[in-house]
Amino acid sequence: MMYQTFSVPQRWGMFFKQTWKEIEKLGADSLPITLIISLFMGAVMTMQIQLDIENPLLPRYTTGLVTRDTLLLEFCSSILCLILAGKVGSNISSEIGSMRISEQIDAMEIMGVNTANYIILPKIVGFVFFIPFLVICSMFCGLAGGFIISISTDLITPSTYIYGIQYEFVPWFVYYSLIKSVIFAFIITSVSSYYGYYAYGGALDVGKASTNAVVNSSILILMFNVILTKLLLS
Amino acid sequence: MIQLENVYKSFEQKEVLKGISTVFETGTTNLIIGQSGSGKTVLLKCIVGLLEPDSGDILYDDRRLGTMSKKEGILLHSDLGMLFQGSALFDSMSIEDNVMFPLRLFSELSENDKVKRARYCLDRVGLKDAYSLFPSEISGGMQKRAAIARAIALNPKYLFCDEPNSGLDPLTSIRIDELITDITQEYKMTTVINTHDMNSVVTMGEKIIFIYQGNKEWEGNKETIFHSDNKKLNEFVFASKLFQKIAEKALK
Repeated sequence: MMYQTFSVPQRWGMFFKQTWKEIEKLGADSLPITLIISLFMGAVMTMQIQLDIENPLLPRYTTGLVTRDTLLLEFCSSILCLILAGKVGSNISSEIGSMRISEQIDAMEIMGVNTANYIILPKIVGFVFFIPFLVICSMFCGLAGGFIISISTDLITPSTYIYGIQYEFVPWFVYYSLIKSVIFAFIITSVSSYYGYYAYGGALDVGKASTNAVVNSSILILMFNVILTKLLLS
Repeated sequence: MIQLENVYKSFEQKEVLKGISTVFETGTTNLIIGQSGSGKTVLLKCIVGLLEPDSGDILYDDRRLGTMSKKEGILLHSDLGMLFQGSALFDSMSIEDNVMFPLRLFSELSENDKVKRARYCLDRVGLKDAYSLFPSEISGGMQKRAAIARAIALNPKYLFCDEPNSGLDPLTSIRIDELITDITQEYKMTTVINTHDMNSVVTMGEKIIFIYQGNKEWEGNKETIFHSDNKKLNEFVFASKLFQKIAEKALK
């Protein structure tokens, strides 16, 4: 299936058109949920860290620093991709699974279409291409959530928070997050496509395929998170 | 011409096709009849290459399906059109885009000519007012007609229909049969239809093969089917009271 998926598209024009559609459907449509989750998680994280670190030995800006590093290192790549595995993964597997059981894939195959290439490749390329944009938006929104807490409560002053998120900033953390997210996006799209493509039976089986797609891509994301952290940060 | 030579197919322990051999002549309408679960759809899927037979050969104008090169396979696929039981229209596309789909992939026509061709095919099946509608917005009969339009978009040499009348009312069913017969004659195609609809058998069957539990039980045409002494075939053909009465009247 991998060989078929990554072969040269039969018509480049149709491939680009499909990829653009997938960017819209899988990527752009995930933007609102990404922004909302990141904003609220950034806000909650700032409050909890501030309330937990009530130690006079720790500087006040620690809250901003910890919020930033948690967002950059874990939330905006791993946790966001786990959330998107649910949204995007189930979308992909149920769409392809429905196409399979309603014989739409068979109809394409009779026409001589390389169905794996035509259906799956644009999804992988589209989402892998768009995920860095989602991650960057998530980083900004998460940090903005913390900033909103700093101006709307008396837990931390805005200037201390801003100082904290700028303190000893390591640009590599952003690249690390982006690299991880690209690999996770590949896992989500390829695993979900696999389960959808090989679905058979009826609506119940498409549901099972979607569940398996989400569960297995989530497990793979967690496993690869450990491996990538070891490779990229040690 | 399509030749089947001793085609066997099984799934796990269950043998579904048990050595089917027959010939479908060019330019004819051929019917594969049999009860539900007799292996008709599996046979049709083997013929079009969606399933690979365990043994036996399928030849298209003396070209063996199993040993074709990739290039030959693609060329053959452009000669095949298929109408699925559930129409299998792409639900994310409009009816016009569905018909345009094979043209966009395999035709070298200009975009304008592709649109003209798609609209010609849709007009041919009587869907003039449905260009921009989506499959979910049209009736089952219209979906079948749209699927026929998509199947003939590339002027195929072979048309395959898997139970084209299923889920349709008798009048729409007759119209679909007439459309398939007209198109077969107009394009001089070899058409193979899976059906258990006796109206189709009576009106269309230039050649009929009867499948029973994976075996080819009988072969003939619409003239000879009512005079067969095959017990299993007669049970199938005269299962409907209407046909029993017709047969009784004919005997009297």
